[in-house]
Amino acid sequence: MKKIEAIIKPFKIDEVKDALSQIGIEGMTITEVKGFGRQKGHKEVYRGAEYVVDFVPKIKIEVVIDDVMVERVVETIIKSAQTGKIGDGKIFVYSIDEVTRIRTGEKGKDAV
Amino acid sequence: MVNTADTLFIMLSTALVMLMTPGLALFYGGMVRSKNVLGTIMQSFVILAVISVEWVLWGYSMAFGPDLAGVTGTLEWFGLNGVGLSPFAGYSETLPHLTFMIFQGMFAVITPALITGAFAERMKFGTFLLFTILWATLVYNPICHWVWGVGGWIRNLGALDFAGGTVVHISSGASALAAALLIGKRKGYGTEPIHPHNLPMTILGAALLWFGWFGFNAGSALSCGPLAVNAFVATHVAAAAAALTWTIVEWIYRGKPTTLGTASGAVAGLVGITPACGFVGLTAALIIGIVAGVLCYFAIVMKTKLGYDDSLDVVGIHGVGGAWGALATGLFADKAINAAGANGLFFGNPGQLGIQALSVIVTIGYAFIMSLILLKALDWIMGLRVSPEDEVSGLDLTQHNETAYNL
Repeated sequence: MKKIEAIIKPFKIDEVKDALSQIGIEGMTITEVKGFGRQKGHKEVYRGAEYVVDFVPKIKIEVVIDDVMVERVVETIIKSAQTGKIGDGKIFVYSIDEVTRIRTGEKGKDAV
Repeated sequence: MVNTADTLFIMLSTALVMLMTPGLALFYGGMVRSKNVLGTIMQSFVILAVISVEWVLWGYSMAFGPDLAGVTGTLEWFGLNGVGLSPFAGYSETLPHLTFMIFQGMFAVITPALITGAFAERMKFGTFLLFTILWATLVYNPICHWVWGVGGWIRNLGALDFAGGTVVHISSGASALAAALLIGKRKGYGTEPIHPHNLPMTILGAALLWFGWFGFNAGSALSCGPLAVNAFVATHVAAAAAALTWTIVEWIYRGKPTTLGTASGAVAGLVGITPACGFVGLTAALIIGIVAGVLCYFAIVMKTKLGYDDSLDVVGIHGVGGAWGALATGLFADKAINAAGANGLFFGNPGQLGIQALSVIVTIGYAFIMSLILLKALDWIMGLRVSPEDEVSGLDLTQHNETAYNL
């Protein structure tokens, strides 16, 4: 099993969610996060004084899936989250040791 | 003879001016970080309580009571002794004396509240409270007496201050500079971003200030008639013009028009027109507003260059805007608008500008030096600043045991 962690632009979340639903992904967790990469921050001006805000708002999506789905999920996220401009985000793939569904105690593939 | 229309108008104006202090609390509260919003609001709100009590006990008597050598009122009217329901002709022949007293009381309230913007986010509450009472007694009451009290020496020179350019704005602006210099910068000022946490709150506060200012300025006519109308319209015109010019200047220099800029410009215009509104015509009001917006914007930019942390720009808006307004009164005052006033430079009386300049310099000097002395003494006795740890945690939690937002 794998966990896909994707950092995306906030306005893309609905598109990504719909696209993942369409390929059969039934659950995900999202978090509002802040960070910066090559995009850097933005400028804010208060009473003529300029501040550079380093951390840009992003959304982090976490999806845990069966190994065979990894390539499709990654492709789907790329397709639905891409704008082609700097700051589109990144996708990380992790290995997961174990998954348990709390309600039934099911483990592994059945639990995701 | 009491005139009921005048009395009604001034009572309503009093209520409008009262609303300005909570309005100021919101104006300032939105500009600080969320951990300090209650502490900031409290500094204005508690002044409404403490100065109202100070005013009826000894403040009114010191400011407007029987004159002692042009310098202060005596304590003959302590506790409003002899201040009753019949008019006191020295101030108004048509208002009950108590009406005049409570109207003036609201001015005494908002003035020290203006200063709180200079030491926002770092002052100990107890020290602040004591400073406020001492400042009202030793700075506000005397200056108010000099300018407005019967027998006051600046009033006798013929200086014009319709609604408080020197008494309210220059005195608070100069004291704010002393406070900002003495208390020092906020922790992290200049190295980490310190952003306003709720600008809609600030805009609401600015709107309430603008609204209340009609009472402040038009009410200062002390009668319900043409002079009040002139002051009312001049106030609105100057506020609008300054809001516009600040916005445009910021747009040119920083690339975007900001809501905080528009709101700040409106307040700058209101400050600028305050001493002038009952002495000048509407073209002059427009010019005063236009200049106030530009001048105060650059005053605030200067602050960043000079490096002191007048956190919410009391010096740049109230000090500079008030000084401009007082001098502009000496330029544009016109006896055709107010026969009880004087003509300014542009109406053939250059001497008036000199008198205005003197009143500005004296007010700045006295307020600045007295505030320095008071704050230095209080710093020595009880400390001005909260501990660095408390400053990081915020005033709300450390001074008041509360948090503003539990989400």
